[in-house]
Formats: sequence, C-alpha cells, structure tokens
Amino acid sequence: MTADRGSVAAHRRAAPRARRRTSVTQVLAELLLTAGVIIGLFVGWQVWLNNEIAGGVQEQAATQNSEDWAIPDAKPASKPAKNVDPVIGDKPKPDELFANLIVPRFGKDFTRPLAEGVGRDVLDNINFGMGHYPQSQMPGEVGNFALASHRSAYGGAFHEIHRLRVGDPIFVETKDGWYKYIYRNTEYVHVSGIDVIAPVPQEAGVEATQRIITLTTCNPFYSSAERIIAYGVFDSWYPRADGPPYAISKVAGEVSE
Amino acid sequence: MYGALWRILPGPVWVRILLLLALATVVLVALVVWVFPYVDHLIAPQDVTVTE
Repeated sequence: MTADRGSVAAHRRAAPRARRRTSVTQVLAELLLTAGVIIGLFVGWQVWLNNEIAGGVQEQAATQNSEDWAIPDAKPASKPAKNVDPVIGDKPKPDELFANLIVPRFGKDFTRPLAEGVGRDVLDNINFGMGHYPQSQMPGEVGNFALASHRSAYGGAFHEIHRLRVGDPIFVETKDGWYKYIYRNTEYVHVSGIDVIAPVPQEAGVEATQRIITLTTCNPFYSSAERIIAYGVFDSWYPRADGPPYAISKVAGEVSE
Repeated sequence: MYGALWRILPGPVWVRILLLLALATVVLVALVVWVFPYVDHLIAPQDVTVTE
C-alpha cells in the first residue's frame, strides 16, 4: 500500500516534467494556424480596419486644413459671390495638400483632404487618399478639375460615388474659398478612358468653355476592372472672406455663434 | 512552439497571460503599421485612376 501510494505520488510529481517532445509536425501545424490567422487579419485590415483608420486620419487632416484657412469669427454665407470669377489657386507642389472635398451625399460630416498627384504615394497613403490629376485644371478654372480616390481602401473617399443624385452639391474648399459644383452624371469607362479628365470630358482637343469637376474611382467594389466617373458642373463661388457656404458651415471651418 | 513560449515566460499564470497579451498587442500593431501596408503594395494593386 505504502509503496503503491509512494509510486503514484512520484508519478504525479514526475508527470509535468515528462513533456512530449515537440515534433516537427506540431511546429508546422502551429505555423500554418498562425499564418491562417494572420491572413484573416490582413483581409479584415484591408476591407475594414485600414479604411476606418485612414478615414479618421483624413477627416482630421481636412478639418485641420479648414481651421488653418479659417478667418476668425467668419459667419456662414447664405449667398455666393455675384458676378465674380472664382480665384484660381497656384499649381500645388507634388504631394501637397491644397484642398478639401466636401460632399454631403457621401456623409453628413464628409470632408477629405486632397493632394496633388495620383501616384500610389498619394492614393495608397492613409494621410492623403485622394489626389488631383496634375495635367487637369485647378478648382474653379475653365476646364476640368479631375480627382482620383479609392472606392474601398485607404479611406475609400469615393465609396458612395454611385449614390450621387442629379443636383447634389460637391464643394471644394481651398485657402481662397469654396467652389460649389453640382453633380451632373455618371459614366462607366475602361481603365484606358483617359479622355474623362480632358478639359472637355470625352472630347479631347476641344477648347473648354465650362468648369467641370470629375471624380474617378474603381468599379465594381474591391476590383480594378472598370472605372466609375462622376461629373459635376461649376455652380458658384464663395470667397474666403465671405465665410463658408451655409449648407456646409458645420463641416468647413469653425463658425462662432 | 507556443508550448515553448509558455514555458519561457516567467512568473505565475496571470503574469504569463498578461505578458502574452502584451506580446500579441505588439505583434498586431507591427502587422497593421508596417507589414500589412507593405504586403498590400506587393499584391493586387487597387488602381483607381484612368491611364493611357
């Protein structure tokens, strides 16, 4: 009896020490499981987390722009400037944040910063996310102010592009003021449809008389097969000194009440 | 592999769990900040521009 009890106790004590030797198969299995989890995390990051992070960073940058450009105690303007041509800003340097895009249809508080250039350094960057085609015109300029952004990555600024309805306002804010465009139409083109950013869209070589804004992004979601293009036509201009347009005064620049 | 990690960690069980959580956080942050953006650039670029 005593001997038995003693051997059981000894066995119990020894048990934790007698580990199984880790086999190659086990290590391999653990590595594969880890890889599976990391790939799952990557997909989650790609379609969701990265957007959340980038969207937040970009919205903050845009709000910061508005605050930097704001004139203290500016009151919202109920009417645009009359009979005045919009101020055309200087051509920005590559990667320079020079404007905000404010589209109420994309979200009540939607404001995103806009950088010069449409390379991956701008578009695949959580700080920028939206770029201006350098060969296209500037906001308010006769011709085409053409932009590119992601539909569903790096902040996905143009995620809701298909929801635009005729008559929706599209605002571009710069240090000079606010350019109001009115959404006109959408079209779907091939990747090579470079003419959509011509001064007169789809009419390369024709001299422009209108002021157009063009938004380009990918279509369908999570694919690069086609491009969806949204056009807007210039409507009016709100100089910085007159204060932000009433409709977006909560988003663009502080308003002291 | 993970068994070895568990044995290497010092202290009682709750200390080991805290250490593991801290390690997991470090790994996650490293993945999100460096690894995932880098990998994303290597695979399937989601182009959004029109080009010639």
